[in-house]
Amino acid sequence: MTDIEPDKTVDARGAACPGPLMDLIGAIRGADSGAVIRLLSDNEQSRTDVPEWAEEAGNELLAVEEGDDHTAFYVEKA
Amino acid sequence: MTERVVIVGGGTGGSVLANDLADRLESKLDAGDVEVTLVNDGPDHVYKPVWLYVPFGQRETADGRRRLDELVDDAVDLRIDRVTDIDTEAEQLGFSDGPTMGYDHLVLATGSTLRPERVPGLAEGGYNYYSESGATDLREELLEFTEGELVLSVVGTPHMCPAAPLEFVFMADDWFRQRGLREDVDITYTYPIQRVHGNPHIAEWARPIMDERGIEVETFFNAESVDPEAETITSMEGTELDYDLLVSIPPHGGIDLIEEAGLGDDGWVDVNKHTLEAEAAENVYALGDTAATGVPNAGSVAHYQAGVVGRRLASEIRGRPATATYDGKTLCFIETGMDAASYVEFDYENPPAPAPPSRKLHWSKLAYNESYWLTARGLL
Ligand SMILES: Cc1cc2nc3c(=O)[nH]c(=O)nc-3n(C[C@H](O)[C@H](O)[C@H](O)COP(=O)(O)OP(=O)(O)OC[C@H]3O[C@@H](n4cnc5c(N)ncnc54)[C@H](O)[C@@H]3O)c2cc1C
Repeated sequence: MTDIEPDKTVDARGAACPGPLMDLIGAIRGADSGAVIRLLSDNEQSRTDVPEWAEEAGNELLAVEEGDDHTAFYVEKA
Repeated sequence: MTERVVIVGGGTGGSVLANDLADRLESKLDAGDVEVTLVNDGPDHVYKPVWLYVPFGQRETADGRRRLDELVDDAVDLRIDRVTDIDTEAEQLGFSDGPTMGYDHLVLATGSTLRPERVPGLAEGGYNYYSESGATDLREELLEFTEGELVLSVVGTPHMCPAAPLEFVFMADDWFRQRGLREDVDITYTYPIQRVHGNPHIAEWARPIMDERGIEVETFFNAESVDPEAETITSMEGTELDYDLLVSIPPHGGIDLIEEAGLGDDGWVDVNKHTLEAEAAENVYALGDTAATGVPNAGSVAHYQAGVVGRRLASEIRGRPATATYDGKTLCFIETGMDAASYVEFDYENPPAPAPPSRKLHWSKLAYNESYWLTARGLL
């Protein structure tokens, strides 16, 4: 368990790809620099999509937490 | 007591549904047991797929407009007014002009709205073919454009017709070739994620065609701002592109009322993706673009969903359990040039497999566009 306190949580469980990544991008777009967004996704592809995008955009993927039925990604806006 | 069905939105989904119900519930409508009202904020029905052809001088925006009172069955009450308030507790709608109206069954089919203002400079610096005025403005620009950088940027998803950005660059490539200008025009296509289309199967099919035709691709490109003076577009990922002509697929949203009514975020209604019933309220359905099902925002989807909601409502009104469900069916023609097209069909379970492009499929798309008015009437 991480003790990171997210500024915002985006629940994209149930959404098909690329929904979760686009929801994360949308949240980052509206966030201030330094804000942490937590994305919840149960889509397999998010496990590669989210880290790849975070790196490309220069945002930091602080933690990835595996839940029972979903994964939580913590991304800090650069 | 008369059961009141109110459909908000007289676009593809709302019109097909109104006509479907007029047919399915004919005897009940005649007897006055049921009332079906279709509300639209203008007198015309607009068929948006025509706009793709307008910039290339192939169609007029007027080809995509017909009066709703000519398309919708006389048994349906047509109300030309704008809904300004949805109260799902009181089961009542407020309007900009007329008195409030109660409902027993509400169907939201209000479609998508463009939100270019979400990206600074986009409205001033970019053109689009996702609105009537946008399509005609772009036609003027495109006709005068004989050399330079044409950038097509898909700014947000979901957006209407996920195939349309691919179609535009394929058509532009062919159009400039036919006019002997292709060597003087660079075409760049940008997409927000790491491939050229949201659906991996369509992306895999489209990418080699783009490479073959010399269409440049920038993936992981989420437009952050446009500088109309400097003619540049910059992404959140830090890439800057110069353009001479910028065509964008602007960010989309549903209508604000939906969010205000607590039915879903960003104007899209949260629904059960099989029954199309709203998650947050009783007796409310949503269909077409406004229903957040994860399938493309396409007219074909609105059409199929209207059939499902029509069958469900007819069962409910007859006091029987509603059993019809939506399986995610989507059908799209994809223009791959000025005289060739591909075709895909898929659903929640089965992925798309694009057909080899052919002239026959191109003519099928044009023929469908012509016969669309029969679809809206509920005949096809
Ligand atoms: C350029 C382009 C090309 C396209 N090509 C294709 C294609 O080839 N194939 C395909 O399947 N789809 C295509 N589409 C997508 C298709 O047009 C839409 O997905 C379809 O129109 C959605 O239908 P709808 O009924 O959900 O909404 P719409 O058809 O948009 O209708 C919504 C209606 O609701 C009305 N309304 C909104 N708010 C209110 C209110 N508050 N009160 C009253 N009325 C209101 C609107 O005025 C409108 O009449 C294309 C779209 C574009 C832009």
